[in-house]
Amino acid sequence: MAEITEVPSPFCGIGTDDLTIQVDGVLLKVTKNGCTVNTPAFEQGITDTRPRVDGKEVNLGAAVAKAAALLKAANQPVIGGCATDVSGMRALLALADRIGAVVDNMNFTGARRNFLVLQDSGWINTTLTEVKNRCDLLLVVGVDIEAFAPRFFEHYLWNEASMFLDDTGKREVIYLGQAPSGNASTSPNGKKAQVFECPLSALPEVAAVLRALVKGNPIREALAGGVAVADLQAIADKLKAAKYSVVTWAAGALAYSQAELTVQTLSEMVKDLNSQNTRSSGLTLGGKEGDQTANQVCGWTTGYPARMRFSSGFPEYDPYLNDANFLLDNGEADAFVWVQAFNAGAVPPVTAVPTIVVGRSGMTFEKEPDVFIPVGTPGIDHAGHAYRMDNVVAIRLKKLRDSGLPTTAQVLSAIEQAL
Amino acid sequence: MLIKLTGGTVYDPASGIDGQQQDIYIQDGRIVNKPVEDIQVDREYDLKGKTVMAGAIDMHTHIGGGKVNIARTLMPEGHRADPVARTHSTRSGCGHATPSTFVTGYRYAEMGYTTGFEPAVLPTNARQAHMEMADIPILDKGGYIMLGSDDYLLRMMAAKKDQKAINDYVAWTIHAAKGIGVKVVNAGGISAFKFNQRRLDLDEQNSHYGVTPRAILKTLATAVKELGIAHPLHVHGCNLGVPGNMNTTLDTIQGIGGLPLHLTHIQFHSYGTEGDFKFSSGAAQIAETINKNKNITVDVGQIMFGQTVTASGDSMIQFINHKHASPNKWVTMDIECDAGCGIVPFKYKDQNFVNALQWAIGLETFLLVDDPWRISLTTDHPNGAPFTSYPHLIRLLMDRSFRNEVLSTIHPEAQKMTTLASINREYSLQEIAIMTRAGAARLIGLKDRGGLGSGNWGDVTVYTDNADRQLMFEKPAYVFKDGELVVKDGKIVHTKWGTTHVVKPDFDVSVEKDLRKYFDRFLTMKLDNFKISDDEITEDGRGSLTVHPTKGEAV
Repeated sequence: MAEITEVPSPFCGIGTDDLTIQVDGVLLKVTKNGCTVNTPAFEQGITDTRPRVDGKEVNLGAAVAKAAALLKAANQPVIGGCATDVSGMRALLALADRIGAVVDNMNFTGARRNFLVLQDSGWINTTLTEVKNRCDLLLVVGVDIEAFAPRFFEHYLWNEASMFLDDTGKREVIYLGQAPSGNASTSPNGKKAQVFECPLSALPEVAAVLRALVKGNPIREALAGGVAVADLQAIADKLKAAKYSVVTWAAGALAYSQAELTVQTLSEMVKDLNSQNTRSSGLTLGGKEGDQTANQVCGWTTGYPARMRFSSGFPEYDPYLNDANFLLDNGEADAFVWVQAFNAGAVPPVTAVPTIVVGRSGMTFEKEPDVFIPVGTPGIDHAGHAYRMDNVVAIRLKKLRDSGLPTTAQVLSAIEQAL
Repeated sequence: MLIKLTGGTVYDPASGIDGQQQDIYIQDGRIVNKPVEDIQVDREYDLKGKTVMAGAIDMHTHIGGGKVNIARTLMPEGHRADPVARTHSTRSGCGHATPSTFVTGYRYAEMGYTTGFEPAVLPTNARQAHMEMADIPILDKGGYIMLGSDDYLLRMMAAKKDQKAINDYVAWTIHAAKGIGVKVVNAGGISAFKFNQRRLDLDEQNSHYGVTPRAILKTLATAVKELGIAHPLHVHGCNLGVPGNMNTTLDTIQGIGGLPLHLTHIQFHSYGTEGDFKFSSGAAQIAETINKNKNITVDVGQIMFGQTVTASGDSMIQFINHKHASPNKWVTMDIECDAGCGIVPFKYKDQNFVNALQWAIGLETFLLVDDPWRISLTTDHPNGAPFTSYPHLIRLLMDRSFRNEVLSTIHPEAQKMTTLASINREYSLQEIAIMTRAGAARLIGLKDRGGLGSGNWGDVTVYTDNADRQLMFEKPAYVFKDGELVVKDGKIVHTKWGTTHVVKPDFDVSVEKDLRKYFDRFLTMKLDNFKISDDEITEDGRGSLTVHPTKGEAV
């Protein structure tokens, strides 16, 4: 039995790297600094070790050959999921380039709300170490952070020492929209977050009024989206008075039509603040199960984020039309590859087209795919790299055990070779 | 495998060969002397009438790292206009201002370049820079590690730690981030911006640390020198783009006390305030000062007219520049109490007075700096222009009548404000070879690249002579990388992976004691997880590490 310390996690998105994990053969136990997201993700046991074709166990070579044959016969293959490490994404894109596939990250519909803003007007953003040491006011819009990443506050707000703040407990936290599910946002000295609830659907109005107030535009109504304008004025005043405010949202949580306009309003508000002689930054929550990784690697390999296609022989980007679910539902795909090395619970959509799953061991399917190849999980079964939510820091994932499972990269490269 | 390149006209400033007809032999990747008679030549190329140079080296090009990838993501319209299809030997991708990684490698190689250095590797983002560069085929690469706005250094300076302690920290960071040099961007200014300072002059204090840019430059330049790193401190100065910044630049040179400094994209730092538009060329005075101060080297950062996207570590200046964003979208980031970045699309226009004069200032600089060994040919890709504009730039430098022809088409007031028309100098092929090969290699400390003498790696570019130098440099007849033919008639025929050039200066390992505590208290990553291991560079089978000795160290 061995104990491995300072283990980085690819599961929570916030890049915690202080876990201690006990390794007993292939069994893992998080013994220190676990949380409700990371502990089960690390501790999940290995069930399948052998690939299957048509539900029957085969060796890896046979599964790879079958996958290659299915892809060779396809006119418009689609690769979904895209939840793996940097090397896995490299191999995925090499395969996609070769077979002219569509590449679509499973979380892109959420991430699209950010990308549309980035590509239309841009933003001023920050990273976690800046938050930890500099942020004096955190405005949380439309997301329950502690459900998203349980250790966010402990790690990045209620840290004992800070470079530039005398007492981190004096930081202010304000929730707009969604209320927190627990007390993680209460500072160690008991200071509670302010909460201004409103329905998700009211956020566009609330955000727009808040931005107007930051810009000094008069609002004659008393209520905006159910929130008192006087309260929003107070938030605007605090944002202007803060030395380094941080406005955070999770694109995935803003699940309503045209939520990108809310992201844009917030991002433009941050720009406005920076033009009013103070500093402010945005912080996008995300980065779980390789979604930032997929977009980063796809970005440098093709120039576009991970909802693009190679079917013309070169990369083409369309953040709507290349949605894997849309293509499958419309009968525009004739083969489907699902790559998900992190989460056995994230199974592919049920489809009639030939399906190849390169997935974490332990997946259970409503409909058995034509080919299932269990792969190792980056950061558990093999070393690798994954991006943290702030998109700047890539964490070096460790190999914790010898499971004998192949890596995503090995499997996808083998399929490419077998074509 | 023995290759013979027969009868070409060789320009190899590293060996003092200036246009002599010579045979070159490459054995197993390296250039060798003429072998003894009985060794069989496996492959011979008849290069009679061709021009032969070493593979070119771009010593300052933004080809990898977070800001480059943000720039890519920001500009899908640019990529749509320049799609690159897959071929039997190459991957698909896209081009223009910030090409995809694979296309970056192909297009550099297709112009005869075999090496490129990313000049702004933030320690906290170094993994990404190396991972992106690992996906650039053919080229050798390396990076300069960006320091000077990082909290740890500023904290040490505020606490008046001695130079030795700072040297240890600098060396440790170079190891951890895998660099070949050290860069400073707007010294202390990126940090100052986070404290809401919007400008920081050479002698102005950072409001939190009380440290000035001048002190940071001196401290880091001393560290680089004392650690024996070949490449001088790579300096992106204060006040980039600000009219009148030539005085800051002159002051920077004069105040450094003879320490080696490399002033990068000097064009952006050579502006005066004369004339009706209060914007004028300071190139003559800057060039004269460079000529006099042998401790100074520069690269130009030439601008070219057209659409590009600027990607810089200088978040303070890029935030100001967002007013010029075209199209109007831009990104600024504060990063990890370590650094920052700013990405602003630019469209340089020949009928815009400022842009036209910037163009002329760059060319004046090239033509007025006497010693080609101390000036490198760059556009600060993609900030002044995409690297694909180099052949055009070479023609502007080599062909006076062409230069004057273009000059006569730019904004008329800019024409009046430049002395360009009166400068007769035309660069020779040998001078181009110095600027883009031998000089760049010497400046970075690459002993076996950038030259064609025996012992060098077989990075060789063969051009077909053409009076139109743009056409000549656009499309080499052959390019060899490590002795393998990768380009024929300006097209990729074969690809391989290059090496990553690094230095590993000595340091006192006890530096980690304080650093570890600091990481645990203030940062968001454990110290041991921060350090990039050698196998991270090599494990995907995409290259190797080449460690260059520091001065005083045995080879």
